[in-house]
Amino acid sequence: MLEMRGVSKTFHPGTPNEVRSLRSVNLDLAPGSWVIIIGTNGSGKSTLLNAVAGTFLVDEGSIRLAGHDIMRWPEHARASLIGRVFQNPFSGTSPSLTIEENLSLASRRGCGRGLGWGLKASLTAKMRDEVASLNMGLEGRLENAIGSLSGGQRQALTLLMATWLRPELLLLDEHTAALDPKSADLVIALTEQVITREKLTTLMVTHSMHQAASLGDRLIMMHRGQIIHDFQGAEKRRLRPDDLLARFGEVRRAEQLDESAAEMLAEQYI
Amino acid sequence: MSLLIGTFTIGCILSLLALGVFISFRIFAFPDITADGSVTLGASVAATLLIRGVSPPLASLAGFFAGTLAGACTGTLHTRFKINPLLSGILVMTALYSVNLHVMGKSNVPLLSVNTLATQSEQLGVRLMRGATSFNLAGWDVTVRDASVLCAVALAVVVAGLLLYLFLRTNLGMAMRATGDNVQMIRALGVNDANMIVFGLAISNGMVALAGALLAQYQGFADVGMGIGMVVWGLASVIIGEALVGTNQVGLTIIGAVMGSVLFRLLVAVALRWGLSPNDLKLITAGFVFCALIVPQFLRKKRLGSAHA
Repeated sequence: MLEMRGVSKTFHPGTPNEVRSLRSVNLDLAPGSWVIIIGTNGSGKSTLLNAVAGTFLVDEGSIRLAGHDIMRWPEHARASLIGRVFQNPFSGTSPSLTIEENLSLASRRGCGRGLGWGLKASLTAKMRDEVASLNMGLEGRLENAIGSLSGGQRQALTLLMATWLRPELLLLDEHTAALDPKSADLVIALTEQVITREKLTTLMVTHSMHQAASLGDRLIMMHRGQIIHDFQGAEKRRLRPDDLLARFGEVRRAEQLDESAAEMLAEQYI
Repeated sequence: MSLLIGTFTIGCILSLLALGVFISFRIFAFPDITADGSVTLGASVAATLLIRGVSPPLASLAGFFAGTLAGACTGTLHTRFKINPLLSGILVMTALYSVNLHVMGKSNVPLLSVNTLATQSEQLGVRLMRGATSFNLAGWDVTVRDASVLCAVALAVVVAGLLLYLFLRTNLGMAMRATGDNVQMIRALGVNDANMIVFGLAISNGMVALAGALLAQYQGFADVGMGIGMVVWGLASVIIGEALVGTNQVGLTIIGAVMGSVLFRLLVAVALRWGLSPNDLKLITAGFVFCALIVPQFLRKKRLGSAHA
């Protein structure tokens, strides 16, 4: 489904602020797989998602999605294949537009936009059902501006918008990190529902070890722009939050040695 | 009475300008100075065509399309060449000054002896009133010319406002509104935001140019300096409109901008009547917009201050 080969990205090359955010990353996603990405701060998790989404063009490598070479596609063109939910609940919705207008925009993700009426009766009827299924009591408030809603409500709507048209790939970038625990649980439950129902191929970045251990069927751990662990199948199912924390501990210890020594040790002992 | 009707007429004409400024400033948050040049562009294109004997509606439409071109230029400078919005507008506005002179061939084109939308609506009004040239309205003597021009202009504004409202609720219009609201989101939904900005500025400047075309026909001349300060004027109207009706609904904001334009023109007429020198008009307008921009902040701060006390 998604195929990344040797993808590299360096920000501010040639300056003191140079950051090698992605170093020759290879990643293959099978259709319908749900991959969790964890890693330390600045390890390149979000950069990896943004490289797929097209927020910037990568320096090297190739990216293929659903049979298309999307490497050179601009962000808005990739949106026809990709649904996204951002970390910031304010990023995924347009605050001064109403709930129904936001959903209507999402219902044409990747389609042309002409002079057709934005809020057809058939569409608003479907919206009412879908929004009611979120169990947030928002179905009676479709004509309210989305800016008046809470972060959790907005994030649930963003998820609904990202999956309104079935995306080939769903990108979730720490989409519950900015929410209170109760809203986060709710959004995670909705996420699980929609991914299993629609059998969506998903890349999900998270900070929560609990989420990382309990969700998804594959887990990759990133460090310094590279994938350092890749757990699949039974191995992934056995993972517990403590195991993940232990892996982070290893990374931190390795960090304290200089790089060449770390490489030598890694070759000998791992 | 004639003065009052004239005030309303100009207020209505300039509300098209206010709607244009509403699109650029409020929908896209794009401070588009091009409008100063497009007012004159619309006026000069329409005036030049009128003198050549082109029918007034057609000449006004040509003015509109000239404005859309100017807006598209500004949008392209900003989106394609990454030039700061303000500077893009200034570049196009400056260029338009020469363009306008070329279009007109001189700095002022009088329209006194040609057929315009104003003379056409007057003729229509006289025919409807069966030849009378004035009538009595609540004790005031009103000339048919003034009344019919006002009616025609008001009708044009209602149609333009309604079209804009309907447009902003189409798929394309909603995508434009969301572009100004949240670029990240609209890209993630597959909309080319650069195209939206170019297209939106085209519509905005088209409406501004149409206002210029109508203004030239109403006042009977097009002048190369008539656009100076028009952006601020439009902004003042939009701000007054928002104070009157709020900013919650698109439809209301459009009505507000029209009301704001008429009200502002009325205030200006009263001030001039009281002896304000016309030379000070732009200074007063700029001062007014300054106040309108800072008063809300000031009030908020004051409210916060009293909440703490």
